[in-house]
Amino acid sequence: MHLAQLNVARLRAPLDSPEIADFVNLLEPINRVSDDAPGFVWRLKGGEDPRDTVKHDYGDDLVINFSVWESRETLWNFVYRSAHLPVLRRRKEWFHHIAQPYSVMWWIPEGHIPSLAEGMERLELLREHGPGPRAFTFKDFYEPGADTGTDLYETAASS
Amino acid sequence: MAVLNDPVRRAVYEYVISQGREVGRNEAAEAVGVQRTLAAFHLDKLVEAGLLEPDFKRLGERTGPGSGRPAKVYRRAPGEWQVSVPPRDYRTLALVLAEVVDLLGGDERAEQAARRTGARLAAPGGDLGETLRRRGYEPYPEGDDLRLRNCPFHVLAEEHPLLVCSMNLALCQGLLAGLGRDPDAARLDPRPGECCVAFSKNNEN
Repeated sequence: MHLAQLNVARLRAPLDSPEIADFVNLLEPINRVSDDAPGFVWRLKGGEDPRDTVKHDYGDDLVINFSVWESRETLWNFVYRSAHLPVLRRRKEWFHHIAQPYSVMWWIPEGHIPSLAEGMERLELLREHGPGPRAFTFKDFYEPGADTGTDLYETAASS
Repeated sequence: MAVLNDPVRRAVYEYVISQGREVGRNEAAEAVGVQRTLAAFHLDKLVEAGLLEPDFKRLGERTGPGSGRPAKVYRRAPGEWQVSVPPRDYRTLALVLAEVVDLLGGDERAEQAARRTGARLAAPGGDLGETLRRRGYEPYPEGDDLRLRNCPFHVLAEEHPLLVCSMNLALCQGLLAGLGRDPDAARLDPRPGECCVAFSKNNEN
C-alpha cells in the first residue's frame, strides 16, 4: 500500500500579489526537495512550470497539495525533517488559519493514481467524522487494514 | 539511569542524597555495609555520571600540619532532576501544554518564551559546544556547521513537530544570545534522526 496525502490552505492574497511572492518563489526548490525525497511516489502538478499550483474548482484562494508516498516515515521526513519545515513555519505569512482539519491521509493500492475529487472526499470524510482508517492524520494515524477503504478502487496494480 | 541499576551503587547514591550534606567514603561504606574501596568505586562512578559532585575537605577537628590530607567528600550534583530521581512526569504535562499552545495559536508567544529561557540557560562567554552538550544535544562538527545528533525534546517533537522545532530553534537562538553571540547563527535545517537545528560556525566570531 502507498500513502496518499492531501492538504489545503487559504491564501491571504492572490497568488500573483507581492505578499505571496516568497511562497511562489519557494515552490520550485521545495517541490524539488519533495520529488527527490526518499519514498516520494507521485505529486499532482499544476502544469509544466515548477511554480504552477494545482488547478481546481474549489475557489481561487485555495492552494492544494496532493502527493503519494511509500510510507508514513518517508512523508514525515519530507514534511518535518527536510527544507520543507522552515517553509512550513512561515505558513501564517501567506495563509489564513483554518479551524477545520486541512490535511488528510489515506491508503491506496500501489500504482493507483488518485483523483483530486477522491482526495477532497477524504478530506470531507475527516472533517465530518474525525480520523478513521479511511481518512486520518499524522496525529491519529491508521495502519492499512481491512477497513482502509480500498474497495473504492477497481484494481490494485500489483494484483 | 542505567548507572543506578547496581543495587550497591543505588544504595550509596540514596544514602548520600538522603543526608543533604557532604558524605565521606568511610561514612558511605559504613552506612551501606560494604568495603571502603567498593564504596569509593561507586561514589566515583556516580560523579562520572553527573549524579554526585566531589569535593575535598578536612573531616576531623584538627587543622594544620599533622591533620592529614583532606578527604574526598560527595554531595548531590545540581541538576539531578534531569535523570528523574525521584520519578517525575514532565513529559505528559509538556504534551498537554503543547496541545494547548497549538489550540490557542500561541506559537509565537511560545517561541518568545523559549528564546528567553535559552538566554537564561547560557553563561556569557561560555563555550557553545559545551553548553549544547550539557543540554543533551550531542553536537558534532560538519563542514562549516555545528550539527546536533540528539533531539532533547524527541517525544514532544514527534507529537507537535512544528511547534517544538520552532521552540527549539528559538531556544538555541536564546542560548547564542546568552553566550553573547549572534542568534542568527542558529537555523532550522532538519534531517531524519537528528535535531532540527544547525549552527553556522562562521557567524560565531
